[in-house]
Amino acid sequence: MASIDTAGGDSGHKKGPGVKKAKKLSTRVDMTPMVDLGFLLITFFIFTTTMSTPSTMDLFMPKDTNKDEELNKAKQSGALTVMMGKDNHLYYYEGKLAEDASNFLSTSFDPDKGIRKIIIDKKKRTPPEDLVIVLKPNEEATYKNTVDMLDEMTINNVKRFALVDISEVENMLIHKTEGTPMPAATTTAQPAPAQ
Amino acid sequence: MPSVKIARKSTDTDMTPFVDVAFLILAFFMLATKFKPPDPVEITTPNSVSSDKLEQKDGILVQLDKDGRVFFAMQADANPEAKRSVIQNLNTTRNLGLTAEEMRRFEKAYAIGVPFNQLKGFLALDEEAQKKVKQPGIPVKDSATNELYYWVRDAWTAFAGKKVNCMIKGDNAAKYPDFKRVLEAFKRNDIYKFQLVTAPENAPVGTELYKIRESGGKPSTK
Repeated sequence: MASIDTAGGDSGHKKGPGVKKAKKLSTRVDMTPMVDLGFLLITFFIFTTTMSTPSTMDLFMPKDTNKDEELNKAKQSGALTVMMGKDNHLYYYEGKLAEDASNFLSTSFDPDKGIRKIIIDKKKRTPPEDLVIVLKPNEEATYKNTVDMLDEMTINNVKRFALVDISEVENMLIHKTEGTPMPAATTTAQPAPAQ
Repeated sequence: MPSVKIARKSTDTDMTPFVDVAFLILAFFMLATKFKPPDPVEITTPNSVSSDKLEQKDGILVQLDKDGRVFFAMQADANPEAKRSVIQNLNTTRNLGLTAEEMRRFEKAYAIGVPFNQLKGFLALDEEAQKKVKQPGIPVKDSATNELYYWVRDAWTAFAGKKVNCMIKGDNAAKYPDFKRVLEAFKRNDIYKFQLVTAPENAPVGTELYKIRESGGKPSTK
């Protein structure tokens, strides 16, 4: 491959017949197998390498408590509750959930007009010390949804947020919107801020 | 009229620079490589904008795959005796009846994903056979049978006095309740600080975090 013999055998008998010429040995080494081996190893190392070291995201959970004085209080006006449902669907309401669920709205993870816009919008309207975002994944939300929402808190520089169990009423509304049956097992809600 | 002679060019290329470069790359990869630990399960982590790098230090790593199986692993390269004390402790408290050989295998095993009642059987296999076994995951379903609690408790005690990372590595498709149960196992041990393992991604353009990073500042975490 590397060197194709173009000399075409013996280059004539210049010294006449009978004169024996010492054969000159080429000092060139065929590099082909070495290159082959080299690239084989490169390929091997490329495939086994973990190039990007994974990053970590800190998560602080609060201690579970039932004592009233240990619970963090949130102003109704500054609260935004975001619920995660099936197939990356998001639902949210501001303040307190209305009896007729009129402020229960749905949104998505869309970077332009999804939840981010709603958070930014809410942040503009609320004094910074009052803003609290409550995250409530239901039983069909994935781990990715949860991490994405926590990430959204970092992205929008939200200082106070909480990861909380969903309440039955909220979960019922989600299932009603999605048209899926409510699961038998229910979880107990316990408000507790995460940071 | 003399015919125009076309000089016959040699097809021989000088491979030397080529080889030089190839081996340079090879040397780079050999030095820069850190081998992937033999994961018992394939886990695709979600992305996050977090810029903290995963530290290679002692810690507890809980993996959660897409089917909700839970795996427990200890990173204890700096103090191997921590792993030993965990398995010895569990052996006595849970009456596992492990032999010395089986306990040694635990120290070598990367991640454990079997309930206590199958642990002896799992550790009786050698390293190669362990890889082939499909582990059912550590039971976490409810608080009465939450075995992860005991794993975390003993690991936490074994690392006592040292700074330990509690890492959770979950799959994109893992369901939230499974993740919650893992958190509960830690919370029952009074551990409230976690590190979620994620793949890095850039802050979306135009957002607040993007602006903070552009201006060179770091967002405060508190």
